[in-house]
Amino acid sequence: MTTTVPPAERADAGPPSLRPSGLAPRRRIINRVAQVLITLALVVAVVPLAWVTIAVLARGFQILSWQFLTEDIPNSYRRHGPGMAPAIVGTFLITGMAALMAVPLGVFGAIYLNEYGKQKPLAQVIRTMADVMTGVPSIVMGLFIYTVVVVVTGEKTGFAGSLALACLMLPIVIRSSEEILRLVPDDLRQASLALGARQWRTILTVVLPAAISGITSGALLAIARAAGETAPLVATIGITFAVNPNLFSGQNTALPAQIFRNASQPFEGAQERAWGAALTLVVIVFVFTVLARVVVSRFAIKER
Amino acid sequence: MPDPFTRGAPADGSRETQAPAAAQAVPEVHFAPPATALRAQDNERRKESVPPVMELRDVSVSYGDFKAVRDTNLPIDHNRITAMIGPSGCGKSTILRALNRMNDLIPGARVSGTVTYHGQDIYAAGVDPIQVRRHIGMVFQKPNPFPKSIYDNIAYGLRINGIKGKLDDQVEQALTGAALWDEVKDKLKTSAFALSGGQQQRLCIARAIAVQPEVILMDEPCSALDPISTAKIEDLMRELAKIYTIVIVTHNMQQAARVSHSTAFFTAEVDDRQVRYGRLIEFDETDRIFTNPSDERTEAYVTGRFG
Repeated sequence: MTTTVPPAERADAGPPSLRPSGLAPRRRIINRVAQVLITLALVVAVVPLAWVTIAVLARGFQILSWQFLTEDIPNSYRRHGPGMAPAIVGTFLITGMAALMAVPLGVFGAIYLNEYGKQKPLAQVIRTMADVMTGVPSIVMGLFIYTVVVVVTGEKTGFAGSLALACLMLPIVIRSSEEILRLVPDDLRQASLALGARQWRTILTVVLPAAISGITSGALLAIARAAGETAPLVATIGITFAVNPNLFSGQNTALPAQIFRNASQPFEGAQERAWGAALTLVVIVFVFTVLARVVVSRFAIKER
Repeated sequence: MPDPFTRGAPADGSRETQAPAAAQAVPEVHFAPPATALRAQDNERRKESVPPVMELRDVSVSYGDFKAVRDTNLPIDHNRITAMIGPSGCGKSTILRALNRMNDLIPGARVSGTVTYHGQDIYAAGVDPIQVRRHIGMVFQKPNPFPKSIYDNIAYGLRINGIKGKLDDQVEQALTGAALWDEVKDKLKTSAFALSGGQQQRLCIARAIAVQPEVILMDEPCSALDPISTAKIEDLMRELAKIYTIVIVTHNMQQAARVSHSTAFFTAEVDDRQVRYGRLIEFDETDRIFTNPSDERTEAYVTGRFG
């Protein structure tokens, strides 16, 4: 055992050892064990992730081709071959429309909560509701829109799907944006107000720019999650085998819905298309995430 | 702190002997000509004829039910540096923030008594705190530049005041006024965060003076800075006092002695119900406060015999 002994009382006159072997064996062993456990935990966490990625890449690439991206979906599950164009178009339109509705609304909501509402009862209620809504299963949103929109209008449309996805995204955007706004130092708000700026001006020109990258990544997270949602879409958008660019009329389709439909068929052709659709979806989400990162880093003021 | 030497209302008494006529009769609006070259040497010359720019009368600040600072009477004279000193928790920052209604931003904070600016009560109904803050600027304890370029930090205040178009001249003027121009003129477009702490604080001062306030409040502006930066800011304050009226809160007594013309000493006391609160003990010319204060508590504090 190495114990702390004042230098003068140490038996040997040499300098104290700085090598690991100078440590007590118990500490060395505990250190080793901890290192091994942490590395193991990392490996365990990465394995499923890598597995999914490899599987999607390997199976998806077998079918992915230009035709797959541009041709209509065969209207028989038995048939082999491409394509997936209606679902790709549908995913872009439906998710885009949902983001257009949910992101501004969510950011405004977050601004109200953090800058105006603070601890007021109304703000507390909204905050709690947003928390509860985050936990609501997505199928519930789908059924909600089904009853209040699809049943009323009598038609499944892409827009109904957008509404369902927007309901899903809204609480995520609100909560993530509020967290980011809370991180903006109060010093900045005070500096602006002390210059004689009004509150809306302070928020618009100081608080939001300081929070923009965080808000963007929060919104992106919500969009990525919405792009992969299946249940609310299956209930609200119906099915189509040809491209339908009109969100407000006619049934539509999207990649997750196609993955769900095709993967649950016993036919090989359909299953191939499901893998292809899965790969397409993964690539779309990936590309958008990278793009957003680039945009955000352009926005952000350089530190040096 | 037990105090055997309690006179009747020492704060009020000592103040009234200092500012006789000015305290009683404040004309409605009085714009003294700016930059009436009042230098540090003019310390002794008290401007009897000119009423104070700002005046606090029986000002108390409460946070919720807690009356944090009580019954403050204090004139802020034109083109002079008024320092507020005292131990932590004595309410000097609270009083400072009452001067431009920054306390409004703290939920539950309430100001009673009157704070006048050119004779007008800044807490009166119908007074816009935004307007108050445009005339009474503030520099904070921690340098808090906006996450923007150096140029935009200065231009921001001008833009919110409705000044449009090319702002280069005003930006240069403000940066020159804050003794920062030579150091940053080649990198106006770089982030303000790239500056050192002392430069950032001077940038904040430049930002405050760009909108041309009449009064600048400084809340411990040097407490986060090294001695060299502190010296630069102190030099700057002396320069600025020729044009602006400055009120500075500081923990550094030497700083108060070095830069200020008059000094207010605050301390924390305990009332009958064992609640600690802040109050103004003595207000006088800085020289007198540090050499011959009339209150024993002031003397104990400035000579380092405090607590």
